[in-house]
Amino acid sequence: MTSPVQSLSKAVTVNDNPFMKPVEWLSLALLAGVILVVLPFALDGFRLNLVGKYLTYAFVALGLVICWGYAGILSLGQGVFFGLGGYCMAMYLKLEASSIENTKIQSTPGIPDFMDWNQITSLPWFWQPFHSFPATVLLVVAVPVAFAFLISFAMFKRRVGGTYFAIITQAIAAILTILIVGQQGYTGGINGITDLRTLHGWDIRTDSAKFILYFVNGGLLIACILMAQYVKKSKLGRILVAMREKEDRVRFSGYSVAGFKVFAFCLAAVFAAIGGAMFTLQVGFMSPSFVGIVPSIEMVIYAAVGGRMSLFGAVWGTLLVNWAKTSFSESFPDLWLFGLGGLFIAVVLAFPNGLAGLWREHVEPRLFRKAKGLAPMPAPVLPQSAPAE
Amino acid sequence: MFGDYSIADLSSIFVMQGFAGLILFSVYVLMALGLAIIFGQMGVINMAHGEFMILGAYVTYLCSTFFQAHLPTLFPAYFFVAMALAFLASGALGMLVEWALIRHLYKRPLDTLLATWGLSLILQQAYRSIIGPREVGVELPSWMMGSIPVTSTIDVQINGLFVMAVTVVITVAVALLIYRSRFGAQVRAVMQNRSMAGAVGIDTEKVDRYTFGLGCGIAGIAGSAFTMIGSTGPTSGQLYIVDTFLIVVFGGAASLLGTIASAFSISQTQSTLEFFLSGSMAKVLTLLAVVAILMLRPQGLFTLKVRR
Repeated sequence: MTSPVQSLSKAVTVNDNPFMKPVEWLSLALLAGVILVVLPFALDGFRLNLVGKYLTYAFVALGLVICWGYAGILSLGQGVFFGLGGYCMAMYLKLEASSIENTKIQSTPGIPDFMDWNQITSLPWFWQPFHSFPATVLLVVAVPVAFAFLISFAMFKRRVGGTYFAIITQAIAAILTILIVGQQGYTGGINGITDLRTLHGWDIRTDSAKFILYFVNGGLLIACILMAQYVKKSKLGRILVAMREKEDRVRFSGYSVAGFKVFAFCLAAVFAAIGGAMFTLQVGFMSPSFVGIVPSIEMVIYAAVGGRMSLFGAVWGTLLVNWAKTSFSESFPDLWLFGLGGLFIAVVLAFPNGLAGLWREHVEPRLFRKAKGLAPMPAPVLPQSAPAE
Repeated sequence: MFGDYSIADLSSIFVMQGFAGLILFSVYVLMALGLAIIFGQMGVINMAHGEFMILGAYVTYLCSTFFQAHLPTLFPAYFFVAMALAFLASGALGMLVEWALIRHLYKRPLDTLLATWGLSLILQQAYRSIIGPREVGVELPSWMMGSIPVTSTIDVQINGLFVMAVTVVITVAVALLIYRSRFGAQVRAVMQNRSMAGAVGIDTEKVDRYTFGLGCGIAGIAGSAFTMIGSTGPTSGQLYIVDTFLIVVFGGAASLLGTIASAFSISQTQSTLEFFLSGSMAKVLTLLAVVAILMLRPQGLFTLKVRR
């Protein structure tokens, strides 16, 4: 049996710093195989669409692994970015569905139906860019990034971190939800933006469109995993970890700590926004119930269950928690909240490294006892103390 | 905005809205006091604080039905019994939670946040299973109903006055306990320097447990007072948790005076804005202002100069 120290030294001597170790390639192949091959064959259209919905949350969990697991910034407002991305996409789709012919029974044709119900007679200025598809694609990413930059730059420059940052992001999630629900005429209110039909003339409600969108979603997820892996492996990733462990030392070494933190937070926002846009496309609506405090903190638990230090773990964790949620709330709706609450506590007290940690401690040593050629990864260890503020 | 009102009307409106703001202020102060002790002194993020409050509210509700059914003669005074029981119930649950959960996580504040959120989900579902998903309200004794007319255009509700009186009493009691008693001195000693406090013979684990219990107990009293002015449902606590955290952070986490000042400014801003804008916009603007100020002044309104 290889001890962790031996395997560590072996991994270092074989190749200095490969983009992905053999085990990681294996994990990627396994994940891609399940998402892109096994599930599409095994599940019917309805269930596959459901998995596609879960996978959009996995984007958020992926962002949290970088932002929370590696950089140590816990954001309780990822729903904000998920929602902003989703709303940007939904606004484009809604405008396309509200063409003059489709809405000629309204008192003002050509504007979304909920605006007409709320006595709004012309399209507000912030809806105007969403007539164009390229602008929408740009804004899906740009709006959340700009917002994330605004929040994080102001706070990290003043060295606000840790729990304070978590509380402020949570407050922002609350504010945005109240705003969306309150401004019914501009946002569709509590129902959100519904009745979405076509994407650039392509009907997204058909089974074949959903099937294609599922693969687009899966492909994007894999691309995001690779991008996160690139960040994690680069020097940047190491600085993020160093910052989480001893922020002051990194600062004294001459690095701009705030800048790196802003980057990690914005990257997480981009992932969340892509997830949100894909959510709108696959599910066909967007509503404030995916923006607020409760969904935001649930997204944290996906990453925590999967393992906050593991990119692949985050995806598996998202799938597992959502699958459990769906099957529990179908059969025992009362038990689900007990289960979810227990999961929060268990993941903190009993297995802080999540599924990925359990895998590394119990499965991998057995798996690799014989195949010594594949050196297992040295397990990243969770810090026992919080980063200094 | 002011067009259709005369000066006399406007001043009455401001007084009435100010009074509504004072009731909101009282509930905020009661909730924030418990949190200021737990978060400000101990640095523990207790996301289940709202659920401890709701526990107090449910205890009050059960007391009210019990007194109505079995001791109708004592009904006018049931509220005082209920408040004491609410304190004990929430405090006891708080100490249990500290022992089972929180004490393992003192060095990992972000994890405490997640664990207590899980606890809040469990408690919410427990309330839903045991008491039921519907909102419940307590029966007020007759002396608490009605209002006192101050001028022809201004009325003051008695239950609102009572809630304010409770708030004042509890606040003074907490201030005395923290700043004048032996226990308070121990609490402050442990929070400022745990190892030195331990070295001079303070049982730090016991102090932690009682401090957490005290904070939760005060949340129970807040819930008890809350029943006087609104109905209680399993998720009522969650509605207030963000506001309360913002109040404590805005006030400067370790300062009781700051907590009270920030609760006052937030509640007054919100209730005054509520008259001129829709309720949701008033809340959005208030919270946005708080967040914006916190971004510029992260240490909050009042700060303690402590060498860390």
